[in-house]
Amino acid sequence: MSTEKDFTLKNFLRGARLSLPILLGYLPVGFAFGVLAVQAGMEPLTAGLMCYFVYAGSAQLIAAGLLANGASVATVVITTFIVNLRHLLMSAALAPYLKHWSKTRQAWFCFEMTDETFAANLSRFSSCGVNAGEAFGLNFFSHGAWTAGGILGAFSDSAIGYMTYAGLDFALPGMFIALLLPHFRLPRRLFAAGLGAALSLLFITMGIDQWNILAATVCSATLAAFWPVNKRRNDVRA
Amino acid sequence: MREYALLIAGMAAVTYMPRMAPLMLLASRDLNAHVLRWLEMIPPAVLAALLAPELLLSSTNGEKTLFFSQDNVFLLAALPTFIAGWISRSFFGTVVIGMGTVALLRNWHTIKNSLAAVLF
Repeated sequence: MSTEKDFTLKNFLRGARLSLPILLGYLPVGFAFGVLAVQAGMEPLTAGLMCYFVYAGSAQLIAAGLLANGASVATVVITTFIVNLRHLLMSAALAPYLKHWSKTRQAWFCFEMTDETFAANLSRFSSCGVNAGEAFGLNFFSHGAWTAGGILGAFSDSAIGYMTYAGLDFALPGMFIALLLPHFRLPRRLFAAGLGAALSLLFITMGIDQWNILAATVCSATLAAFWPVNKRRNDVRA
Repeated sequence: MREYALLIAGMAAVTYMPRMAPLMLLASRDLNAHVLRWLEMIPPAVLAALLAPELLLSSTNGEKTLFFSQDNVFLLAALPTFIAGWISRSFFGTVVIGMGTVALLRNWHTIKNSLAAVLF
């Protein structure tokens, strides 16, 4: 686990390659946000700035919808807060891996933490160890694709239809499947996943659809943590 | 325009805080085995909680309901994606199979008609 020497151009570009599925997903979704943002009355520049500084897919799409219906700034900010609270858990889950990073590095990394970059980075950290160049490369290109998608969408009117025909809207669900599968090989993690899926669906259909991810994850992780530990097998961080 | 500056600043602040605080507070501590155990369960739980609604719900007029139907392209595509991922263990392969299946299902009629035109 080297700390300084891993921040090289080569590692940064390897991060770019790792970000490819995220790129394929973020461009069209960012594009869709851009289109909706302009319809809601935003300038392309504003849409681009929001993509860069807020960088939160579902929250931005909800914000565009709220603004189109004349919601106040306070309403949009509070909704964004609730929708994005789930990142608390992802941030906590990454903490054990990034102990040796400087505070500046941690702070910048967190600015670019989304559902997708969290999942892709974590899977890389647990399988190949932490590599700062790769992590920041992955984050940089994902962030860039989201912002570029948003600006392109704001300047054009439609064309989203073509992307759905090409199956690009399945890039992110497909990536979640790919990242989820390795967890299925350990029974207690399969249990956590099954519970997470079931509770998430239950909460949404009950009408709690902005808290569902947070609530489902807390409940399932807590229950799954009681799964009996097999002390003989060294599977703590398998 | 000033309203948008306020909006973006507000949204950025409330988004950044939960992304940053736990990592920066916990990273400097030695966590006990129970906390680590709980943290280990978060990735599978949160990934599944994010994925399941994408595959299994449809949204009509903001009303979200379970969508078990042969018209649910994402659900149909998820099956070969899961199988391909389980067997191949390839990250990119899994994503490509998924997107390819979605594209195939969406363009099924066009493909069928052009095949029929070529063959008959």
